[in-house]
Amino acid sequence: MGELSRIWRESEHRYRLMGNRCGNCNRVFFPIRAVCPHCHRESIGKMKPMELSGRGEIVSFTIVHDTPPSFVRQRPYALALIKLDEGPVLTGQIVDAENDSIEMGKRVRSVFRKIGEDGKSGIIQYGYKFVLE
Amino acid sequence: MSGIVGYGSYIPKYRIKPDEIARVWGEDAENIRNGIFVLSKSVPSPDEDVITISVEAARSAVKRAKIKSSDIGAIYIGSESHPYAVKPTATVVSAALGCDFPLFAADYEFACKAGTAAMQNVKAMVDSGVIKYGLAIGSDTSQGAPGDALEYTASAGGTAFIIGKERSIAEINGTLSVTSDTPDFWRREGQPYPSHGERFTGEPAYFRHTLTASRLMMEKMGTKPSDYNYAVFHQPNGKFPTRAAKTLGFTEAQYNDGLLTPYIGNTYSGAMMTGLSAILDKAKPGERILAVSFGSGAGSDAFDLTVTEEILKMDRHAAPTISDMLADVKWIDYAVYAKFKKKIVLGEDVE
Ligand SMILES: [Zn+2]
Repeated sequence: MGELSRIWRESEHRYRLMGNRCGNCNRVFFPIRAVCPHCHRESIGKMKPMELSGRGEIVSFTIVHDTPPSFVRQRPYALALIKLDEGPVLTGQIVDAENDSIEMGKRVRSVFRKIGEDGKSGIIQYGYKFVLE
Repeated sequence: MSGIVGYGSYIPKYRIKPDEIARVWGEDAENIRNGIFVLSKSVPSPDEDVITISVEAARSAVKRAKIKSSDIGAIYIGSESHPYAVKPTATVVSAALGCDFPLFAADYEFACKAGTAAMQNVKAMVDSGVIKYGLAIGSDTSQGAPGDALEYTASAGGTAFIIGKERSIAEINGTLSVTSDTPDFWRREGQPYPSHGERFTGEPAYFRHTLTASRLMMEKMGTKPSDYNYAVFHQPNGKFPTRAAKTLGFTEAQYNDGLLTPYIGNTYSGAMMTGLSAILDKAKPGERILAVSFGSGAGSDAFDLTVTEEILKMDRHAAPTISDMLADVKWIDYAVYAKFKKKIVLGEDVE
């Protein structure tokens, strides 16, 4: 049940790319931070929730051949570090693209996909992945 | 009166040709192509299902409507391939859109017309003042048993309509339904693939319901086929809707824009609604649309719509159009298709 609670708690930011912004220095964070690491005490009470656009560019990527069980049907797949236009860098799968068409600097946008499922009877996890623009 | 204030569709990028399916099962591809008039069909990626398709379609609808998700008062989703047997698709969609906690929601089931049943319900709630805006979605990732005739057409896709009173781009002038107990197509609980009663499929099911609902709608509105700029019907293949349209007295110029099954296959609950979405992509103020769905079991929902001046104010390119999605495709062979659709079963220690 611990795993299920974690999935449920994280669903808002995985479904909607919910980050937050420091009202003091305007930096944006994903996942959300309770306190701004730059402004510390100055940011208390000023961290505002913010839905990110999902648009950004690939800063690094790798092609994964040794996949976990729930990705066998997508092997080999591309996992990339993406710098969102609002600033935060996150890791996401690139889908619907030939792996040799993926390059650093290419623009991407987020899509809503199935991330995994807990066997045939367990919960299905959803969240963000990316497609090339 | 109420109407469509936002619309959005999603069609997965992968496509397979009937020639490829026929090659595997040793059938005559040309015969099949001519018999059902389907040139290709969409295939969902392994990480796509009715929930992801519904979310993508709904997000596009919200973008075009330019409303806040918190203004949506109801979500009803029609499908025959909801990912969970128990846990509504609408719950995940509401969270993915960021809708408020007070929200009417449920999943609907009526074969291929569950999405249009959702439209009728949302319209009734808007008209009676219970909600300001409501979201109705028809979406499917339908399955045909390997080797079955349905395998050539069963595809994936969905469309979402936001219905409201303010700033509607297409007023719904009227809607009605016909319903009967007809054994043309069914699937028992726990069965992966549907069954069909061959001799019921055409005349007693599709044609009787579609034609009757269309005629009753025109009778109620005092209209005739020539009063409409567009007509769109449920499209289980490329042949049935064409024949229904011609029988009613519509011309190719009226039914062509909403006929998508030849390119994407039968998206079941998404079929008629996605055809209507393609029409809205190009429709002009004052144009009139007859839209009629069909669901096995059986029934039909008919809608009479008039496009308004508001459509000129909508940025229809705020989300992918149907032609965008018809142009951006990736072709796959039967082996990849079988892997994607889980027709190949992996060992328990592998997946
Ligand atoms: Zn700060």
